[in-house]
Amino acid sequence: MSDAAHAHDAHGHHAQPTGIMRWLTTTNHKDIGSLYLWFSFFMLFVAGSMALLIRSELFEPGMQLMRPDFFNELTTMHGLLMIFTVIMPAFTGFANWQVPLMIGAPDMAFPRMNNWSFWLLPVAAIMLLGSFWLPGGAVAGGWTMYPPLFIQGGVSYDLTILSVHIMGLSSIMGSINIITTILNMRAPGLALMKMPMFVWTWLITAYLLIATMPVLAGAVTMLLTDRNFGTHFFNAAGGGDPVMFQHIFWFFGHPEVYILILPAFGIISQIIPTFSRKPLFGYASMVYATASIAILSFTVWAHHMFAVGMPVAAQLFFMFSTMLIAVPTGVKVFNWVATMWKGSMTFETPMLFAIAFVCLFTIGGFSGLVLALAPVDIQLQDTYYVVAHFHYVLVSGALFSIFAGIYYWLPKWTGHMYNEALGKTHFWLSVIGMNTIFFPMHFLGLAGMPRRIPDYALQFTGFNQIATVGAFIFGFSQLLFLVLVLKTIKSGAKATDQVWEGAEGLEWTVPSPAPYHTFETAPVVK
Amino acid sequence: MKSMWQRVGAMGAVWAASQSALANYAYNLQPPVSEVARDVYHLHNVIMLVCVGIFIVVFGLMFYSLIKHRKSVGHKAAHFHENTTVEIIWTIIPFIILVGMAYPAAKIVIDMKNTSNPDMTVKITGYQWKWGYDYLNEDVQFYSTLATPREQINNTAPKDANYLLEVDEPMVVPVGKRVRVLITGNDVIHSWWVPAFGVKQDAIPGFIRDSWFTADTIGTYRGQCAELCGKDHGFMPIVVKVVSEADYKAWVAQKKGTARAMAADNSKTFDVKELVERGEKVYQANCAACHQANGMGLPGAFPAMNGSKVATGPIADHINIVVHGGRPGTAMTGFADRLSDVEIAAVVTYERNAWDNKMGDAAQPADIAAARGGAAVAAAPAAQ
Amino acid sequence: MATGKSSTLTKLVIVALGMFGFGFALVPFYYKICEVTGINSGDEQSLVKNTQVDTSRWVTIEFDANTNEGLPWQFKTTQRSVRVHPGQLVQVEYEVANHSDHAIVGQAVPSYGPARAGAFFKKIECFCFTPQTLAAGERRQMPVLFVLDPSIDKDLHTITLSYTFFNTDPRAQTARLPEKVPHV
Repeated sequence: MSDAAHAHDAHGHHAQPTGIMRWLTTTNHKDIGSLYLWFSFFMLFVAGSMALLIRSELFEPGMQLMRPDFFNELTTMHGLLMIFTVIMPAFTGFANWQVPLMIGAPDMAFPRMNNWSFWLLPVAAIMLLGSFWLPGGAVAGGWTMYPPLFIQGGVSYDLTILSVHIMGLSSIMGSINIITTILNMRAPGLALMKMPMFVWTWLITAYLLIATMPVLAGAVTMLLTDRNFGTHFFNAAGGGDPVMFQHIFWFFGHPEVYILILPAFGIISQIIPTFSRKPLFGYASMVYATASIAILSFTVWAHHMFAVGMPVAAQLFFMFSTMLIAVPTGVKVFNWVATMWKGSMTFETPMLFAIAFVCLFTIGGFSGLVLALAPVDIQLQDTYYVVAHFHYVLVSGALFSIFAGIYYWLPKWTGHMYNEALGKTHFWLSVIGMNTIFFPMHFLGLAGMPRRIPDYALQFTGFNQIATVGAFIFGFSQLLFLVLVLKTIKSGAKATDQVWEGAEGLEWTVPSPAPYHTFETAPVVK
Repeated sequence: MKSMWQRVGAMGAVWAASQSALANYAYNLQPPVSEVARDVYHLHNVIMLVCVGIFIVVFGLMFYSLIKHRKSVGHKAAHFHENTTVEIIWTIIPFIILVGMAYPAAKIVIDMKNTSNPDMTVKITGYQWKWGYDYLNEDVQFYSTLATPREQINNTAPKDANYLLEVDEPMVVPVGKRVRVLITGNDVIHSWWVPAFGVKQDAIPGFIRDSWFTADTIGTYRGQCAELCGKDHGFMPIVVKVVSEADYKAWVAQKKGTARAMAADNSKTFDVKELVERGEKVYQANCAACHQANGMGLPGAFPAMNGSKVATGPIADHINIVVHGGRPGTAMTGFADRLSDVEIAAVVTYERNAWDNKMGDAAQPADIAAARGGAAVAAAPAAQ
Repeated sequence: MATGKSSTLTKLVIVALGMFGFGFALVPFYYKICEVTGINSGDEQSLVKNTQVDTSRWVTIEFDANTNEGLPWQFKTTQRSVRVHPGQLVQVEYEVANHSDHAIVGQAVPSYGPARAGAFFKKIECFCFTPQTLAAGERRQMPVLFVLDPSIDKDLHTITLSYTFFNTDPRAQTARLPEKVPHV
């Protein structure tokens, strides 16, 4: 591999199709990583606009812009799209770009399957979005798809089920690829316990995906047959039980929560040591904490269902196991703080997002602890408190880690430094916007505002207006991010190979921008 | 798109003005009026203090580090990367704090679940989109629907103080009595929630789940459905009036009286005007959610009543659909067991004589009774 | 290397397929757990052997009746509650009437408040064991004959036996499909 400009370098190896065919047929992990990230970025704007419509309707009491059923379609689609077409693909994009670079592998284990796992996603997204134009409108039963409400819906509900199947298949294929790559293609000398944290967290996440996505597929298949083929899995009339769906769904759903956050832990664990110029504190305990969070996540699902009326023993069991998860999560936060302690810190945009992540994710963790207490949860379940809680975990958690990761690795991907001033503006607008939206929602939930309602009583007006203002600040500041990314691709100061002064790891040994083919001869790790 | 922006602009303008008029900032759970709710309130306060305490300690240290250990002030990085003692300590301390929290929480869970020895039992059924109350010991039954007028929701009339939290028939319970509630759903899952009592219980079709509360202060308490149940999930509030024992007895007697009067009404004959007047109320409570107050329906989703083939066709078919529902698989359910004969007669008459419908005919309670028995139905195969 | 990759692939595919099967296996597993814990049980016939009556305590049993949407039947109890000793044989009558113009098959599903009380209802005769067909306009009295197991938890003083009648024709419940609304 020469240091020649990478764009021409690619053509030296194979006869490559150009234009759209290049992207449709590519099996290169970097191409596919970029595809995932751009798809996710595009869907962020789609699902984000839905959030802005929701917040606009909720600016004032009374029905302003839409009918209640359309409101329900928006909340349902916002949830499904953000989870399955924004956060998950973004992390898979990072895995595609970074896992081979970080373990010294030339590509993913199964490049052709990799291409398939990506191209299934747009198909699924089109099916979901297209259902807005079907008679009866898009799916409106909540992203959790609880029967019997979900049984009542029209043809778009069947389409949603199929779309979930396709997205599930895509993630399972992606996970198989990632696990096989990590287990079989590490550079000589790179033992498991020497792997970068990001690779570790993705290895565990991929196992979680393989264990839970098929369960979701099973649950929605049962919904599909209940809807169309007269089975009675969830219909009390035929001896079924609608609550059973909730059990099966959350058996998937809770590990899914960790699928959405473990790779974020990985990204943050890469960034904080770099900008503290100090190795990650407690590497081994980080690995064990990640693994124990993953295992515990299979024992806590029914805390999403405290209001269905479980026996006392079950309620207590799920309360205790949920509280237990706070221990390994706490260990992670303490380790990050200890990594910063006595470091030599600088505060470039990736570090700013990482610090915001640690603080704000912890707020989400604390509200999670409040919700873990079953009696308090009874009061707060299905209120805006829960909305605040999971947005603190998913926006200032997962999404901020994605921002941090993009800023961190973008110079390696494009060969250009991003504009630091623009990056910092994006950071501050995002942090202020995000807190303005979601912090008041804690109070709304405590005061008794249920979630998923298109109109509300007068006493909730003040905080809702603040949240809506925050939503527009947050939403529009993401356009700034788009501009920044486009500018960085086109121009900007030339990035060095190491990019960041404190950066360590194999990805920083290849040139910037990373050539189309890297590590065709495996590097040796000492 | 343009109108959307105008909207947003207009909202911004309204914002400053409405801030003082509408805003009502509450920062904690609603004031509790039952023992369970009070326990929950205190538990939440304690856990919040614990969380805030930990937050201040951990992030105090972090921000100290952010200020002192930065490159720009010339701090050189240390090289430690593990310390088993510290790691064990920060695993064990949170664990101990959690055990301390789990104990009082478990006690409340056990108390919440203990539905023994009630003074009275009320069965509550969730419907799309209203609540049904059935006092098992008193033989009192009624439905409770949103009383906020559609004009307020559509912003054509000023909103009342209890906008969206007002019902036509509140649940009434005596103060200081242990009330056991049995909760179930008729169609999809709903959730019955009164924050002041600390009760939230999903209403699951085919299953009853029980909970309890003892309200210790006279007053009116409001809650809302807390499980997404379709289009009007946000429009099925819960209102509970806690009254003195004497007032409760009086209320029961009055409810029974109304039931008797209703039964008596069922054997009377009314003129069109009386029925239309009465029918309008029934229509607003039961039909307007889908067919709309102006009778125009929602195109593509719910058919219009104004000028419809049903409301201007043979009266027997019309009665039949209201009593037994539309074709299987349609949104129109029968009202046979939700409305009395006279109410169905009234609403049918209203629909035939409201808006542009000028049929001039009337359905009488006796017609409805006949339709219930199935006699009148044979003439209307279209409805099946 | 290639064999390493393909064996990992095979294992992972097997795990994924296994978990898909596990999703369905959760169904019988769920019912087994419900049976053991006494939730949702009680629609099977019991042969009562031990008819020892515990005269030392009283239990109030409330009766409740519901009809699900899509079933134009009237279903009610003839008696609101009884006060019995555990172990005593109890007979209670429910009344059901079909208000429609055609025969309908309904199935009653029992439920208990609190749910754990279900494990102690020993039913000897019940209309909930089998689907019931009612002709147009037919009215019928339906008895339930049961014994409350004397081993019933000491803290249960007031319990509820509830039935919900469903239309066995699933089309009757998949109501409210907005796009299928006939333009009547």
